[in-house]
Amino acid sequence: MSDALLSATGVTKRYAGIVALQGVSLQVHAGEFAAVIGPNGAGKSTLFDCLTGVQRPDRGQVTFDGRPVDSLKPAARARAGMARTFQRIELFGGMTVLDHLIVADRARTRRGGLLADVLTGSHPSSEELDRCATVLELLGLEEWAERPAESLSLGKGRLVELARALVCEPKLLFLDEPSSGLDRHETDEMGHALQRVQREHGIAILLIEHDVPLVQRLAERISVLDYGELIASGPTEEVLSNQKVRVAYLGGST
Amino acid sequence: MQLLEYAIRGIPTGCVFALLAVGLVLTYKTSGVFNLAYAGQAYVSAIVYYELRKELEWPLVAAGVVSILVVAPLIGLLLERVLFRYLRSAGSMAKLVTSLGLLIAIPEIAKLVFGSETRKNPPPLWWVRRTDEWLWPEGATFVLDAGQVATIVSTLVVVVGLVILFRSTNLGLRMRAVVESPRLAELSGVDSERVSMAAWMLSSVLAGLAGVLIAPLFASLNPFDLFTLLVAALAATVFGGLSSIPLTFVGGILLGVLQAVLAGTLPTDSVLTNGLRPSLPFVVLFLLLLFRPGLRSTRELVDPLATVDAPPPPPVVRARPQWVATSARVFGVVVSLVALLVSWFALDQYWLGLAISGLVLSVTMMSLIVVVGMGGMLSLCQAALAAIGAFALAQVVEASGAPVVVGLVVGILVAAAVGALLAVPVVRLDGVYLALATLAFALMFQSIFVPLSWVSGGAVPISVPRPVIGPLDLSDDRYFLVFVVVCVIATALVVIRLREGTTGRFLQALQTSDVAAASIGIDGPRARVVAFTIAAGIAGFGGGLAAIDLGQASYEASFPYIIGLVWVALLVSAGARSIQAAVLSGLFFFLFPALLDKLFAFPGNWVETNPDAPSWVASIADTIQPTWAQSVAFILFGIGAITYAKHPEGSIEAQTTASVNALVRRVEARNAAREPARVGGPGTGGTTP
Ligand SMILES: Nc1ncnc2c1ncn2[C@@H]1O[C@H](COP(=O)(O)OP(=O)(O)OP(=O)(O)O)[C@@H](O)[C@H]1O
Ligand SMILES: [Mg+2]
Repeated sequence: MSDALLSATGVTKRYAGIVALQGVSLQVHAGEFAAVIGPNGAGKSTLFDCLTGVQRPDRGQVTFDGRPVDSLKPAARARAGMARTFQRIELFGGMTVLDHLIVADRARTRRGGLLADVLTGSHPSSEELDRCATVLELLGLEEWAERPAESLSLGKGRLVELARALVCEPKLLFLDEPSSGLDRHETDEMGHALQRVQREHGIAILLIEHDVPLVQRLAERISVLDYGELIASGPTEEVLSNQKVRVAYLGGST
Repeated sequence: MQLLEYAIRGIPTGCVFALLAVGLVLTYKTSGVFNLAYAGQAYVSAIVYYELRKELEWPLVAAGVVSILVVAPLIGLLLERVLFRYLRSAGSMAKLVTSLGLLIAIPEIAKLVFGSETRKNPPPLWWVRRTDEWLWPEGATFVLDAGQVATIVSTLVVVVGLVILFRSTNLGLRMRAVVESPRLAELSGVDSERVSMAAWMLSSVLAGLAGVLIAPLFASLNPFDLFTLLVAALAATVFGGLSSIPLTFVGGILLGVLQAVLAGTLPTDSVLTNGLRPSLPFVVLFLLLLFRPGLRSTRELVDPLATVDAPPPPPVVRARPQWVATSARVFGVVVSLVALLVSWFALDQYWLGLAISGLVLSVTMMSLIVVVGMGGMLSLCQAALAAIGAFALAQVVEASGAPVVVGLVVGILVAAAVGALLAVPVVRLDGVYLALATLAFALMFQSIFVPLSWVSGGAVPISVPRPVIGPLDLSDDRYFLVFVVVCVIATALVVIRLREGTTGRFLQALQTSDVAAASIGIDGPRARVVAFTIAAGIAGFGGGLAAIDLGQASYEASFPYIIGLVWVALLVSAGARSIQAAVLSGLFFFLFPALLDKLFAFPGNWVETNPDAPSWVASIADTIQPTWAQSVAFILFGIGAITYAKHPEGSIEAQTTASVNALVRRVEARNAAREPARVGGPGTGGTTP
């Protein structure tokens, strides 16, 4: 499986006393829709943190797009093509929705900089605004563009995080429980948006999600974490019918 | 043997450091406040003790009890009840700025209350001054004076007391639980209100005790000496990792011993070592902050006990309609032009000079906009960086005879270079630690580098001529005013463009969420180093201008670190991101004390010109001293900073926002009434600069 976009081997992470991850290996292929499920506290978010560089794993290697990224900081990994959203939403203060996207676009294109700022003021260019508008439209956020991010509902906030991640034009998108806090309708919309992102833009997605029907509908492959260990991984239906998974995750019930 | 003697001499000082440090840890852990005002509290107790013991000749025990066990805890209680309990869920920046304001205000309040005369030879907390006559056997080598004996004895008493308190009383156990693990304590249902109140009182007693004990070491009582002491205590708390009380204690004593040993062994014939000796605490604090492992990742400082309440949401920026932005700009230009014309034609030499100094200071204030307002880093060393700009300018102009304007550019570059060197290690630190590290740098700069002649030119400041630009000789204050206005406008334009451009956007993203900014590829440390460096350059520019304004590059006159702290308090309370706030607070810093001065001198002058005034008027006039002006001004500056927690965007900014919103509402209502058919108000978009 050397052609994997992301490949993690033996990732282990301990916090004082707790083993959050124990030798987890995982692959995501280019353009694929994969998911990670597992009960609360299983180590899913910690796995994301280790893959995106927010946490240093105690052991294990991560390669992305054909090169090891273990020594790269989160910002460098982001520039290499990883983008993510957060379980506890992380928006920027004092910025409108559009500002969020412009910042992300600038971070990718590296437009502006000291001299450019002072000489030209680096106002948003029409290409920048076009790119942001495309993403806003994709997620149905057009009317919210000028709203301060603080005034948004949790659901809209999650969409803004997703939009911000998409503007980075990633190769792989990490989504940490994007549907939590959303109502049924919003969840459906989010699901459709994710499908479009993957199919039309060819962006691979790795999704953490508690909503099993949603995962079933979206993900081609899933990995199951329990107490920091990978207990199953493979095509969605196969894994979901696995007895071990049912015991650990679905509490043994049907 | 000699070394041992020095070491033993250091123990009493170390004990005082340790007492203060333990008090700091107590309040820090129970209320999340890094209490810079602690030095002020120690100072008040020292004054009270001095007055009672020396002026009123009270007996030792009574004076000690009142100053340490009554006055000190009352101050602590007051601070906790009136101020800090409302700040529990505020960010660490708000808490720090509040305590910074208190640090500035408390000694000045003490001056007003107790009088500002110098208090020589503070009395020890002991019955006699020297102990060798009765305590020490004939011919013994060590002479510990009464103050030192008192220190050791009281420290022992305190240690025993604390051990009993923490081991066997209910309150003490809870306090220790909170200090060692706030999370656990909270889970087990500790009443954080009471614990925090008790901790504030206890730590204030320790401050008072330390103040009274250390006072006899100095020739006279002076708030700055006590502040130095606080820095030593800070070093000890950092040594203890801000949580371990025993380790903090050991850190304090070690520092005292190290200081005494260095004092005894360093050669006395060099400016460098003479500067190094008293500044050991600053150096140690700086190095500990940079190199002690485990400090960088501490992110739980905000409110250990109030984790349940989320911090208040940041102010929502309401996009202002374009017409408001435009008219605000026009209004600003008109007001500035009128002010300029008035200054040109109507101001006399005195007020014109002050206005110029105020405008010059607003350049340095703008450096604070970049580092504090945009970068979110509470730098406490902008005054030092400004001084570096001034010194570089003066040295270059004196050595090479280069034009002053060239010197200004050199000053900017040198200050920016020093800023960059400092920024690389410092920006990795979190909020409070960054503030402390920059403070330590400012203190080191003051006591180690300023005395060196290759830095400042030595004891006599280097003079700086006013430049001549074309036909304009800037030694005419009115021409100089125009020059300064041009400099202010140029700086403001640069700052505005940075703030609205990519640099400002990245910094703003970093300020609210480091991880999210990193997740879109923003390199946080790099962006912060850039901001710090630019701010240092702007500060260097401001410092250079100040030197030209004054005619010399004088550290004493323009840049002492405490003045720098006042600048931060002023700007932050006016509005850390706003150009108006920078200009107004610069002007305010010079004009307000002068106005107060005139105000307080007025009754006296009136009585002089009206000899038949009634005697009660004369007696009032007698009490009101013009010397109050500086104190009152500083107190108000300090109190201004205390309001920061309520208006983190700054009072001027809050005021502007409120009135703009009201105006917009009114205009929109009128438009709606007039043209009910038209949908929506005037076009939206854009924020005012
Ligand atoms: N910073 C930390 N310090 C100590 N322990 C931590 C830290 N972060 C996570 N943990 C612990 O590691 C384990 C895994 O946490 P993680 O957040 O990865 O779980 P999760 O699978 O994302 O759970 P959830 O579904 O609730 O989001 C948990 O037991 C958690 O308490
Ligand atoms: Mg999680």
